Amino acid sequence: MTIVAESIILPERRGTAGRLSDFFWRHPRVLLAVLLGPPLLWLGVVYLGSLFALLLQSFFSIDDFSGLINYEFTLATYRQLLSETNLDIIIRTVTMAAVVTLVSALIAFPIAYYAARYARGKWKVLFYLGVMLPLWSSYLVKIYAWKLILAKEGILTWFFEKLNLLWLLDAWLALPVVGGNSLSVSYTGTFIVFVYVWMPFMILPIQAALERVPSNLIEASSDLGGTPAQTFRHVLFPLALPGIVAGSIFTFSLTLGDYIIPQIIGSSRLFIGQAVYAQQGTAGNIPLAAAFTVVPIVIMGIYLWMANRMGAFDAL
Amino acid sequence: MRSEKSNRAPLSLKIAAAGGLTFMHLPILLIFLYAFTTEEKSYQFPPPGLTTQWFGVAWDRPDVWAALALSVKVASIATATALMLGTLCAAAVSQTRFFGRETISLLVILPIALPGIITGIALRSAFSMADIPFSFWTIVLGHATFCIVVVYNNAVARFRRISGSLIEASMDLGADGFQTFRYVILPNIGTALLAGGMLAFALSFDEVIVTTFTAGQQSTLPIWMLEELIRPRQRPVTNVVAMIVVVVTFLPILGAYYLTRDGDQIAGAGK
Repeated sequence: MTIVAESIILPERRGTAGRLSDFFWRHPRVLLAVLLGPPLLWLGVVYLGSLFALLLQSFFSIDDFSGLINYEFTLATYRQLLSETNLDIIIRTVTMAAVVTLVSALIAFPIAYYAARYARGKWKVLFYLGVMLPLWSSYLVKIYAWKLILAKEGILTWFFEKLNLLWLLDAWLALPVVGGNSLSVSYTGTFIVFVYVWMPFMILPIQAALERVPSNLIEASSDLGGTPAQTFRHVLFPLALPGIVAGSIFTFSLTLGDYIIPQIIGSSRLFIGQAVYAQQGTAGNIPLAAAFTVVPIVIMGIYLWMANRMGAFDAL
Repeated sequence: MRSEKSNRAPLSLKIAAAGGLTFMHLPILLIFLYAFTTEEKSYQFPPPGLTTQWFGVAWDRPDVWAALALSVKVASIATATALMLGTLCAAAVSQTRFFGRETISLLVILPIALPGIITGIALRSAFSMADIPFSFWTIVLGHATFCIVVVYNNAVARFRRISGSLIEASMDLGADGFQTFRYVILPNIGTALLAGGMLAFALSFDEVIVTTFTAGQQSTLPIWMLEELIRPRQRPVTNVVAMIVVVVTFLPILGAYYLTRDGDQIAGAGK
């Protein structure tokens, strides 16, 4: 039946391309395989393959005497991962990622809200490019800029000196945990740079979520007697939350795995990324490095699962 | 009255938004200032004097040129690969229905959703297990993996806007699949691909985390920068290179924006 119908409408095409085209038309599954084959081979086999190979290695262990990898299934590496020093690294990194995410949301929200609700025409474009350019400009250059800013002889110290507020800076640096010899070797410095580098990723998802909030909802809230604070708390914030969660996926995940920022600006205490780098490099302990990478994967897995349940992916 | 009032932003919001944007831009502007400083040994502010001599010094540095050339070469080939794979993937996902379509989107996003260090170390241990020596091609392989997603995102957004009847009309008028692709689909998705390609190029040109794991002895421009950051030797040259990198990465971003500004999905919304 179908063959009859096709031959009535059009004759067979000529040439290799024509015949091939007809073949694909009759066998859409083959066309799909041809389209999907190369990317699947690349991502599914090469990328996922190496990811699984890495995870597999976390179930091996390293021989303490020879330093060679012992290819037998064991959970010893995970026991090592949960030792006190390593647990410290994990807690430090997760705390940092959480605080960075929180502060990023606080800074990003007003920018996103203004851009979504008030900026029009030329200002809208300006806001958009104003977010995109820092977002896309070189990661290392951004870190370098902060190295210039936070240096002892740099602009920040100069600024505090001009305002006669040097005592405030010194008092902050004298504090335990967040302080240090200078801003560029303290957690405060690491924190500022993390926020600076990852915060732009938060703005666009929040803006996308806010743009979907009809402005008459906000007017209705104030007509019904809601104060701006109440309107924010009960109308705006719940509707923006999926966007905030979507943005936080980036800030959280990127902070979790970063090893360059704490290495250049920060104290000598390690973060997960640095631990992975040190274990696979100088220490040569690939199983422990692999076990360390499982931590962000598991955390992000849980995070993505929760984000999905909150409907955050619709805001992406 | 009410609507007029609600169209003006409260002052506190204006200040917070302006403050946030200033926070995002000032550090980058500072890079421009430091490229001209006469100070060689420290990051002194304000600069004791201004000079353009470091541009000449940087120009004469063969290691900077070598790093730049390698970066451009890697980014070009990685972008070309990503363009091909990303477009194929986008075409399959948007033009056909099949079991597991959602999984494909997740798979494409995974290399940038997971921290770069995981992608890097996974590829590195895979290379060493397969006895593949580090080379130019191992860097390209790593870069192409995470560049696919930007091309894919742009292409999928555009494919969604091409109506199916356009393709059917082309087929009804006797064009075969290849002609339809060449004369109907490609002109429609062309600018989206160009934008995606530019963003992929910018992404690859700047990448450092995966590169530290997949590069052997070669150094791309970001690796060169990283070494200068860890052990500063030539501060003025680094200042100049940093400024040039900022200018060079702005161009593809602006280009991609102008190519896709009429679209429903704007390029690079998710890096």
